[in-house]
Amino acid sequence: MSAPKKDEAARPLLALSGISKSFGGVRAAADVSFAVERGSITGLIGPNGAGKTTLFNIITGVYSKDCGSILFDGKDLGKSPVHERVSLGIARTFQNVELFSGMSVLENVLVGRHVRTRNGFFGAVAQLPRHRAEERHAHEHALKMLDFVGLAHVAKKPAGDLPFGWQRLVEIARALASDPALLLLDEPAAGLNAIETRQLGGLLGQIRQRGITLLLVEHDMSLTMEVCDCIAVLDQGRKIAFGTPRQIQADKAVIAAYLGQEEF
Amino acid sequence: MPEFYQYLFSGLTNGAIYAIIALGFSMLFAATDLINFAHGEFVMLGALILVTLWPVMGLPLPLAFVLAVLATGILGIVFERLAIRTVKKPEPIVLVIITVGAGIFLRGVAMIIWGKTAKGAPPFSSMPPIELAGAYLLAQSVWILGIVLATVLAMHFFYKKTLTGKAMSACAINKRAASLLGIATQMMTLLAFAVSAALGGMAGVIIAPITMNEYEMGAILGLKGFCAAMLGGLGNSWGAVVGGFALGIAEAMAVGYVSSSMKDAVAFLLLLLILYVRPTGILGGKAVTRF
Amino acid sequence: MKPILRNILVYGAFIGVVAAYGLLQKSTYYLQLATFVGLNTLLAVGLNMLMGYAGQISLGHAAFYGLGAYVSGMLTVHLGWSPWLTLPCALLAAGAVAFVVGLPTLRLTGYYLAMGTLGFGMIVNILFREFRRFTGGPSGLPGLPELTIGSINLSHGANALFLVWGCVIAAFFICERIVNSRMGRALRAIHYSERAAAAVGVDTASAKLAVFVFAAVLAALAGFLYAHMITFISPGSFNFLASVKLVAMVVIGGMASIWGSLLGASLLTLLPDFLHIFSEYEMIVYGLILMLVMIFFPEGLFRNLVKLYERAKKR
Repeated sequence: MSAPKKDEAARPLLALSGISKSFGGVRAAADVSFAVERGSITGLIGPNGAGKTTLFNIITGVYSKDCGSILFDGKDLGKSPVHERVSLGIARTFQNVELFSGMSVLENVLVGRHVRTRNGFFGAVAQLPRHRAEERHAHEHALKMLDFVGLAHVAKKPAGDLPFGWQRLVEIARALASDPALLLLDEPAAGLNAIETRQLGGLLGQIRQRGITLLLVEHDMSLTMEVCDCIAVLDQGRKIAFGTPRQIQADKAVIAAYLGQEEF
Repeated sequence: MPEFYQYLFSGLTNGAIYAIIALGFSMLFAATDLINFAHGEFVMLGALILVTLWPVMGLPLPLAFVLAVLATGILGIVFERLAIRTVKKPEPIVLVIITVGAGIFLRGVAMIIWGKTAKGAPPFSSMPPIELAGAYLLAQSVWILGIVLATVLAMHFFYKKTLTGKAMSACAINKRAASLLGIATQMMTLLAFAVSAALGGMAGVIIAPITMNEYEMGAILGLKGFCAAMLGGLGNSWGAVVGGFALGIAEAMAVGYVSSSMKDAVAFLLLLLILYVRPTGILGGKAVTRF
Repeated sequence: MKPILRNILVYGAFIGVVAAYGLLQKSTYYLQLATFVGLNTLLAVGLNMLMGYAGQISLGHAAFYGLGAYVSGMLTVHLGWSPWLTLPCALLAAGAVAFVVGLPTLRLTGYYLAMGTLGFGMIVNILFREFRRFTGGPSGLPGLPELTIGSINLSHGANALFLVWGCVIAAFFICERIVNSRMGRALRAIHYSERAAAAVGVDTASAKLAVFVFAAVLAALAGFLYAHMITFISPGSFNFLASVKLVAMVVIGGMASIWGSLLGASLLTLLPDFLHIFSEYEMIVYGLILMLVMIFFPEGLFRNLVKLYERAKKR
């Protein structure tokens, strides 16, 4: 079944409707609905504890939702496991950068390529020409990703030895290695200085230019307002606003939610 | 019908033993996040020390009892100081091997000191078995049940009513916060080891009259006590008690009604069952996130 | 150094040393000892893939060793099969059991996984002890046939040494290839951060299960070889202590180090033999060594030796 191209382009890449999740008595997400348009950079903001990372975990399949549905490219994600969602085209990074610290930078990115490669135990041992070819291509692709984030020169270094900002970039390269359609970034600017943050903004634009849709959780407001096409605002598990940066900045409910926060 | 009560009494007696061994595991884990694979050896040492002090050397029973328990408690302190405090990289897998090595070491020492032949001890009181519901309850079983229950109540009192006990609970819940509040967490760890070892020693002392006491006895007892602790919820003191009695009774019923070859298997089958169905145990234990 | 050259040098040297030892060593006692080192190395390298690389602990690995020995033992003794015929059965049986047990157990994490494998190991040992009609019970199963090809006996002397170490060398080669491949990277990734590995698309459950089965099959191979070389098996060789010794070999030798397995297996096989002189004190010394190495060399002796060597080079 092939839908006409026009419809596909009009359909949002990710559509959340009525997502709710509770942990014991705590409502981490309450009836959250919004859509992420194809090719956009969408922001997800809110005060601490608003439920942003929870939502990420629900989208990627780490947490199961209590109710609601998630449509990715028109298809319901259902209960598909985390690794399956990656092959469908959803990739993510973590708030605290979870790299495989003892492995080299290149190996980290190579693991990111896992879903697009197939060599198994047999391939590892037999090393037939097709297996070696796949390994070679994977290496080339990984190096290209590292080049894209500007870290090809440290490919052989143990990932744990890198300065924090670079570790962030390695994690992004690793996420890009799976050729995702949707990239979820969890506070990519956290711990970065002003220069690094600006560079990150540029990188995000470049990622978008490659046709990848971005959904990012961020606390750095200047980056968010500058880079995002539209922003969803969460507070205590509920979506309280959705619109362009301009609209969000003027929204009363948003201002009220952030009242008392130092930076806005 | 009388066999049922016979199995029940046997199950309760063994259950009490497992309960107190499980208690030693659980409270140590609660306070230190450590599973001590040498715990069974503290039980063995308690039994063998009692055998030496009481029937052999002729000390009065209460004195021998207290000395044996104290000795194992002190051993627990030495163990913590030498084998645990000194570890360069206190990762769980490293600690597992260390405690297993310690267990083997203690077994070897026991073999040198007490030899390979099993030793017996007379029961604490020379009363004949009590007849109850058509089955016989050994006097020693009454001692065991009584002492275990008293110990459990004493531990409960300790944790809930004494300052030290509350401090230890605090450490178990959140070591960092406890130390920020001025609690000497290192002291608490030491105390936890001492109490855990003493509990093990006490278990040994009270079963000495009804077991063949020799250097290998701690191995299977330790493992079963551990299964009981997991059953009730590792880190939960009441869970240890519940788990212990549950295991004891299940074991006795399996031996009685199914086959005696099942005896040891019951503990491990229950362990697997609880791990697959409800890893936090019947009463729910401390979350095991390490490793 | 190009990988092919390095492989030729390393494996060539390995084969050379084994061949030389087998041809020059005349004492059957020392030949058998060296064969045992080989068996333990086979066990350790498989367990190392599971524990060192994938980061999953197993306190019941001796059960698979025993399964290999007993499945082959029972088929040859009770049904009169040729041992070679029983080899695929033993490997398949261990693999199947590992698959079935691994499915629920590997879902556990941390201490729970350790305990699950411990429970499983104990249950298998109890089965060996209690099903007397099939396994011979606690006193064991005697009368296993030796391994022969035509008129060549492979269960004694240098031939046994070559057979076992041939398997070890093959296992090393296979493991090195796995470690440096897509699957190896996936396993190591699981070790560092299971949730990040899943987040980048690794099917962690399948990967863990696969390496668990792999380690079990290697252990069963060792069990098969052991059974037909000693021609007698008993449950006491496959108990909790045996599983602990295997873990110790991996940890002491050095986790995530294939050659470290060789060091650990050698040490912990030769040591008790050396300690037999102090037979009374064997347990004391063994326990002390486990404790001391873990307290002071938690990364394993191999890694520490490598560090010492590197430090000495700098001077």
